[in-house]
Amino acid sequence: MIDLTVIWAGIIAFAVAAYVVMDGFDLGIGILFPRFKLGTERDMAMNSVAPVWDGNETWLVMGGGGLLAAFPLAYAIVLPALYAPLIAMLLGLVFRGVAFEFRWRDPGHRRFWDFAFSAGSVVATLAQGIVLGALLQGITVEGRAYAGGWWEWLSPFSLVTGVSLVIGYALLGACWLIWKTHGDLHDQARKAARVLLPALLVAIAVVSAWTPFLEGQYYRRWFEWPGMLASAPMPLLVAVTGFLAWRAIGKGRDWSPFFLTLLLFALSMVGLAISIWPDVIPGRVSIWEAATPERSQVFMLIGAGIMVPVILAYTIWAYWVFRGKVDATGYH
Amino acid sequence: MFEMLDALFLARAQFAFTVSFHFIFPAFSIGLASYLMVLEGLWLITGSGVYANLYRYWLKIFAVAFAMGVVSGIVMSYQFGTNWSVFSDKAGPVIGPLMAYEVLTAFFLEAGFLGVMLFGINKVGRKLHFAATCMVALGTFISAFWILSVNSWMQTPTGYEFGANGQFLPGPSWWAIIFNPSFPYRLVHTVIAAYLTTAFVVGAVGAWHLLRDRANPGARTMFSMAMWMAALVAPVQIFAGDMHGLNTLEHQPAKVMAMEGHYQSHPDGAPLILFGLPNSASKRIDYALEIPKASSLILKHDPNAPLAGLDTVPEDRQPPVGTVFWAFRIMVGIGFAMLGLGLWSLAARARRKLYDWPWLHRAAIVMGPSGFVAVIAGWVTTEVGRQPWTIYGLLRTADSAAPLDAPAVAASLLAFITVYFSVFGAGTFYILKLMGKPPERHEDALPVHGPVRTAGITPAPAIEGGEA
Repeated sequence: MIDLTVIWAGIIAFAVAAYVVMDGFDLGIGILFPRFKLGTERDMAMNSVAPVWDGNETWLVMGGGGLLAAFPLAYAIVLPALYAPLIAMLLGLVFRGVAFEFRWRDPGHRRFWDFAFSAGSVVATLAQGIVLGALLQGITVEGRAYAGGWWEWLSPFSLVTGVSLVIGYALLGACWLIWKTHGDLHDQARKAARVLLPALLVAIAVVSAWTPFLEGQYYRRWFEWPGMLASAPMPLLVAVTGFLAWRAIGKGRDWSPFFLTLLLFALSMVGLAISIWPDVIPGRVSIWEAATPERSQVFMLIGAGIMVPVILAYTIWAYWVFRGKVDATGYH
Repeated sequence: MFEMLDALFLARAQFAFTVSFHFIFPAFSIGLASYLMVLEGLWLITGSGVYANLYRYWLKIFAVAFAMGVVSGIVMSYQFGTNWSVFSDKAGPVIGPLMAYEVLTAFFLEAGFLGVMLFGINKVGRKLHFAATCMVALGTFISAFWILSVNSWMQTPTGYEFGANGQFLPGPSWWAIIFNPSFPYRLVHTVIAAYLTTAFVVGAVGAWHLLRDRANPGARTMFSMAMWMAALVAPVQIFAGDMHGLNTLEHQPAKVMAMEGHYQSHPDGAPLILFGLPNSASKRIDYALEIPKASSLILKHDPNAPLAGLDTVPEDRQPPVGTVFWAFRIMVGIGFAMLGLGLWSLAARARRKLYDWPWLHRAAIVMGPSGFVAVIAGWVTTEVGRQPWTIYGLLRTADSAAPLDAPAVAASLLAFITVYFSVFGAGTFYILKLMGKPPERHEDALPVHGPVRTAGITPAPAIEGGEA
């Protein structure tokens, strides 16, 4: 059952997960940004991700480029289907990305670029959440092309997933700041996390309860044998992780809130995988239907097999170089 | 006019707009990353503080340019799917893996080491920091390698098979796909163009500050380095461009016909049309200023060799002549102007007036942005010259676009135009502001309160090996 197509589905899923994990906290800091005071607090928040955001964002290119390479049919159907939210995401990321450099260039313009940083982060995150929701609720496909209109992505469900992701990334950002900063900013991040964590748990519950009723396939996966074997413990695991995260935030732990929040994300992604496996476009196109031919898979697998471990190694090294807490004036 | 505004036209306009804007930044950052590598290497070897100061001076500019390149590049990686989904579906099995290799071997390398390059000088030591700079420079080059391979395959497709479902599939050899016939020429021509573009920007900044203070050591060094590049590399580029043109004649003759303005065939020696007004209605160049038989001499190395014209190509396989004709002349004209400035600088050197010749410096300032214009013009020449195909001779542009409604594409095009002009306009303003400041003896490693500051201590002692 494990063939090259399954391996490639795993690699793409890994890239998307890596993106959510790494750029999630960058974007979360952008979402929380207006709450921080001008000056030291904002500088510190920005400094905590400035050296790594670019590498983090590259996983998004890996996800998009990888989809084109490994599942060209899915890339060709999904991107036109999600045209509006994807363009909004890209433009949001433009503002978010340049703000890292531009805000230092002219003190007179700093307020504007701080706003651009924050608004760009919110728009990009909302759009990513909407993309997820729109995919889950199903898109219209005819032959080898998208056949719906240019507003099909918009629905109550996709808006809920959009807002959920904003809450989730904001929590990741808050927990990152708990870990990487001290002083007022640290305290403020902890306060924000105490509000965001319950909100995220509610969001996970709502999306999880809603999803099975979108498509018969999801319902069968979750509530019929053998899917139940995997789905039954999920709510319990989420509840336990949520409780541990709550305690870690309350007890003043530094790094465990961040990793427990990551665990919540991981559990949510496993839940998604249970719903949609083995489709690449949920309910429409399976990974085998969309897969690129074996020659392309093999050629890329050689590159990915060598390069992904190397990439992970120097990524970890870069994080290691900038380890420890930041303060307003830079790194210690 | 409005019947032209269909979804296909809008999608083409959007791709042309976003890729042209994007191309400006890599054209600069490929060259600038290598220049920074050279500066830091020279500083490590010689210990001369002037190189350390120049490194820090240009690093600030690089950071701004690179950020714009990154964000406009991410847009490109999604444009293939959002606007050209049929092309992506059909060509994905062939070009997708090449782009995946670009991400794996180049994008991560640049992005992963950029943080250390920008902010890590006091954290990792000089040699490791130099290694990070080298990795970023290498990343920019590898990126150019893969994406130009993809582009070249679309120009001169080889090594593919047709699948039953209409897809292009890879043949037995990836080598035949990657090293397709036009790739080596396009790679050399484009990478040299990036180096020259950067050299002329550096030269203009040096010249600007020499006009104000001809004793500024940083300005002298950067101007001299840039003028060496102009004098030595501009002629190489003209030669490389000529080779590329001959390769195009072999594989895409219709493109060369449009570049040359040859509507008609010339059975006994074709003229080189220097200037004129292409008239597509009457299929001739009005008011042509031409050198008899020179085109045959250049392209066939024989003044009397026959050259076919667009009259031998079916109407529906011809590129638009006017755009290609003019873009090509702009590129070539700038190439020779670059050579001229390089030669002038050699004369100035011989007369020991390199730093004391205001007219040379003024000319260098005028030529500062010329590389960008030439790069875009060259890109337009080759891309518009490929029309009406996305994959030359095999897949038409009209059959490549995504099934989108025109209003959706129009709205996104407007959004891109608004955002790009305002955001990248601001970025250009900041870059010009940075360039307007003369290189100082003790250049800050980072902007005040910037992310690079280490506890208020400028890393001058760490980075400066000696006095400038």
